[in-house]
Amino acid sequence: MGGYFGSYALVVVLFAIGAVVVAAALFANRMLRPSRPTPEKLTSYECGVDPVGEGWAQSQVRYYVFTYLYVVFAVDAVFLFPWATVYAAPGFGMTTLVEMFLFLGFIALGILYAWRKRVLAWT
Amino acid sequence: MAEVLDVLVRIASVMVAFLLLPLIVGQAEHKVMAHMQARLGPMYAGGFHGWAQLIADGVKFMQKEDIIPRAADRRVFALAPGVSLVPYLVVMAAIPIGPGLVAADLDVGLFFVLAVMGVGVLGSIMAGWSSGNKYSLLGGMRSAAQLMSYELPLVLAASSVAMAAGTLSLSGIVDAWQWWWLPWQAAGGVVFFIAGLAELRRPPFDMPIAESELIMGHMTEYTGMRFALFMLAEYVGIVVLSALTAVLFLGGWHGPLLPGPVWMLVKVALLSFVVIWLRVSYPRLREDQLQKLAWIGLVPVALGQLALTGLVKVLIV
Repeated sequence: MGGYFGSYALVVVLFAIGAVVVAAALFANRMLRPSRPTPEKLTSYECGVDPVGEGWAQSQVRYYVFTYLYVVFAVDAVFLFPWATVYAAPGFGMTTLVEMFLFLGFIALGILYAWRKRVLAWT
Repeated sequence: MAEVLDVLVRIASVMVAFLLLPLIVGQAEHKVMAHMQARLGPMYAGGFHGWAQLIADGVKFMQKEDIIPRAADRRVFALAPGVSLVPYLVVMAAIPIGPGLVAADLDVGLFFVLAVMGVGVLGSIMAGWSSGNKYSLLGGMRSAAQLMSYELPLVLAASSVAMAAGTLSLSGIVDAWQWWWLPWQAAGGVVFFIAGLAELRRPPFDMPIAESELIMGHMTEYTGMRFALFMLAEYVGIVVLSALTAVLFLGGWHGPLLPGPVWMLVKVALLSFVVIWLRVSYPRLREDQLQKLAWIGLVPVALGQLALTGLVKVLIV
């Protein structure tokens, strides 16, 4: 179990165990539960009143703007991690510091722009 | 032989933590909430102060009929509870509780943990979509929006610690930890904890569930064991979030007098208590307030923390 992939083998095993735990719980449930479906029971519960129209209703998704914001920033943020590990390595000091402030400036500018364009306020 | 035994012990301890700690947190939540609201909480199951209440609940869930509504997308619907539970189990493997005491010591532990925790939220999006229920669909979309908004402050705050320690390994971070990191990383710690709460969709960030307007959000159509799995995922999530906050910002196993793993458990217990406390104390945030808090409140604070970490690290240390 040595080497780089050794530690990940355990993660994979745990993932498999997790799947087995979920499957076992559902299997025990299947063994122990009654099963008497009726048309009423299989209707969507929704708010307790009989559902009106389709389940997948159209609605205005106001959140799509946040998805754009997220895509812009999260992609930047991913690069933070490898950079953070070599950040204070000897000989990097000032260079990485300037880089960091550039990075922060970009993100701050992006949020400032979104804020000025009023995408963060709804009313 | 010894190697196999070693692996078995590691897996067994993760499983014990996975099955036991959420129950303790759940029971603590019953009791703490009850006392904060001047009532008793469960008192009968098991005799002494209702200690067996959650076990009784589990037995009850086990025997409940499993209903998949006609309108639902069956396969996605059936899979969703597993998707929201299993990632937290996998994350638990990477959390160190003492020097060398970690099931899987990953080089990129921090990165791995954040990535896998994000997968857990997919479960609730899947459930919201597949239920074939307008309210659940709204809940699922709110979950998605919440994941989007709070992932960024979470990642920024975590990377501030990675900068300070110069490593992404969780054990490495705790090894490098010094007591003065507490004030130094305090802002990042608060941001991380709040953003983590929002990812777990715990009150006051439970807009996706919001029982007074969305019934139970993505869980509305679930019954029996599948519903129980969602609830379990929530409590495992609390344990994982508390443990991660303790490891990254409170120095994990560092502490005077007591042995390391005990300190770790104490910190996890205290943070779990804070999670419950916040649930009792704060009203739910409205959806737009929730988004505003992330983008105008937490992200700038996290950016400020990054700047502070960078300056201190380069100019002083």
